[in-house]
Amino acid sequence: MTTASNAAAKELPIEEVVGSIESGMTVGIGGWGSRRKPMALVRAICRSGLTDLTVISYGGPDVGLLCAYGKVRRVVAPFATLDSIPLEPHFRRARQQGTIAFTEYDEGMFMFGLYAAAHRLPFLPTPSGLGSDVMRVNPELRTVRSPYDGREELVAMPALTMDVALIHLNRADRRGNGQYLGPDPYLDDLFAKAAARTYVSCERLVETADLLKEGPVQSLLISRSHVTGVVETPNGAHFTSCEPDHGRDEAFQRAYAAAAGDPAAWTAFRERFLAGDEAAYQSAVRAWRQEEGR
Amino acid sequence: MTERSEASTSATRAEVCVTACAEAFRGDGETLAAGIGGAVTVLAARLARLTFEPGLLTHDGVCLLTGDVPALGESPGEVEGWLPFREHLWLVLNGRRHVMLGASQIDRFGNTNISCIGDWARPKAQLLGVRGVPGNTRCDTTSYWIPRHSPRVFVETVDMVSGVGYDRGAHEIRVVVTDLAVLDFATPDRRMRLRSVHPGVTLDQVVAATGFDLAVPDAVPTTRVPDAEELRVIREVLDPDGLRDREVPEGSRR
Repeated sequence: MTTASNAAAKELPIEEVVGSIESGMTVGIGGWGSRRKPMALVRAICRSGLTDLTVISYGGPDVGLLCAYGKVRRVVAPFATLDSIPLEPHFRRARQQGTIAFTEYDEGMFMFGLYAAAHRLPFLPTPSGLGSDVMRVNPELRTVRSPYDGREELVAMPALTMDVALIHLNRADRRGNGQYLGPDPYLDDLFAKAAARTYVSCERLVETADLLKEGPVQSLLISRSHVTGVVETPNGAHFTSCEPDHGRDEAFQRAYAAAAGDPAAWTAFRERFLAGDEAAYQSAVRAWRQEEGR
Repeated sequence: MTERSEASTSATRAEVCVTACAEAFRGDGETLAAGIGGAVTVLAARLARLTFEPGLLTHDGVCLLTGDVPALGESPGEVEGWLPFREHLWLVLNGRRHVMLGASQIDRFGNTNISCIGDWARPKAQLLGVRGVPGNTRCDTTSYWIPRHSPRVFVETVDMVSGVGYDRGAHEIRVVVTDLAVLDFATPDRRMRLRSVHPGVTLDQVVAATGFDLAVPDAVPTTRVPDAEELRVIREVLDPDGLRDREVPEGSRR
């Protein structure tokens, strides 16, 4: 018996990934801020008819774009930022206009929610959040006391379960094994383990035998046993960073943020970059870079 | 920028602030000094490590623990550890970490807000979100760097408690350093107290810039100025491009 025969090829077109998501679902998105976000998949959701999504994310422009396209009912996040630009403009507007619901957790609580979901636990205890207004704005949160000493009160952080997780990695094989080559795995493996279904987009698909030519065994972050589909999307994290394949496109991010501040500019940005499919997006970005002399 | 010849004898306000922030880390030993509230906080951690607190761990702002202490914006020549976000979040609970943060609002007990201004349900201004500050302040020693001391920041009540103060279970808020003064919580009921004013700043200025009643001791000392070696390290080693002056501009000095 060969291992390959047990693993059906899971390579999918982007449209098929997005087609498997339903309105109203809870979607977890990997990466952190404006770093290694599955933006090609996010852009495809923006083009789709999906609505009413609950988005769980260490938020960046993934959250912002989905808010801008009216795809989001609720955001579950400890922040939304573009990193080099502190505030995510579309998320900001959605909050200020009251068009989305928000579940705001501390970063550590959020990680424990992912750990709980990944381990199929209903909750995990943590001191993070106690005393803060995170408890006030999330009145459903409960606390527990240690059954051993009975003294310390802890937040019972509920599992962040999700229907679908979307993750972008540097390399993957067609079986769905995913590899990160940058300095930080973020919490992507936990998203994959927390979700009922996980889709991985990658900079480059490689043969399984070549994975360890790309990086050490510790870089094999995600196992095919947690992956439903895999998509090759070169530059698919753009404009967020995807080191070492590419850094953040700071100039383009600035253009995105500037456009978000003005309705006419945003309409023009959408039409120029986001009206077509992923290939059209990448080609529009290349043309913009040439024009700008970047 | 000030002339070099003059600067060697008189520290700028920015340099006084960097040294005051560095003082926050005195005695911390082999603890991560996490300056994440702007250039001054990063400089402060690195200055403390290069001078009076050599055991400190410092990071590159991304995920490396640096073996040496590079200048602002430079890559480290040596790497002594790996600290991706998940390890940062582990370290928050573990506790060997002293973080120096910024804040959009702070009250008399040290409760801080970086989340939003106005009613949380529909804020007037959405800011960052709470980020990791609830856990930071509950579990770790925390200090704050406020580059512009004003009644808009020092408020009676913060709109969204992101960082917990002493009345809400803070682990330790060691100091709050501003462009005008150093403040702490060394009072019987843990209210904010004026510890020292920076050279050239009056008590009245600080009181006027604070939107709540500040505990003021009978005699208010002056914040110490950096010594010659500290000035050399700040100017020649850590911040030759003068990024500190962008956070505390000498021209707009109040």
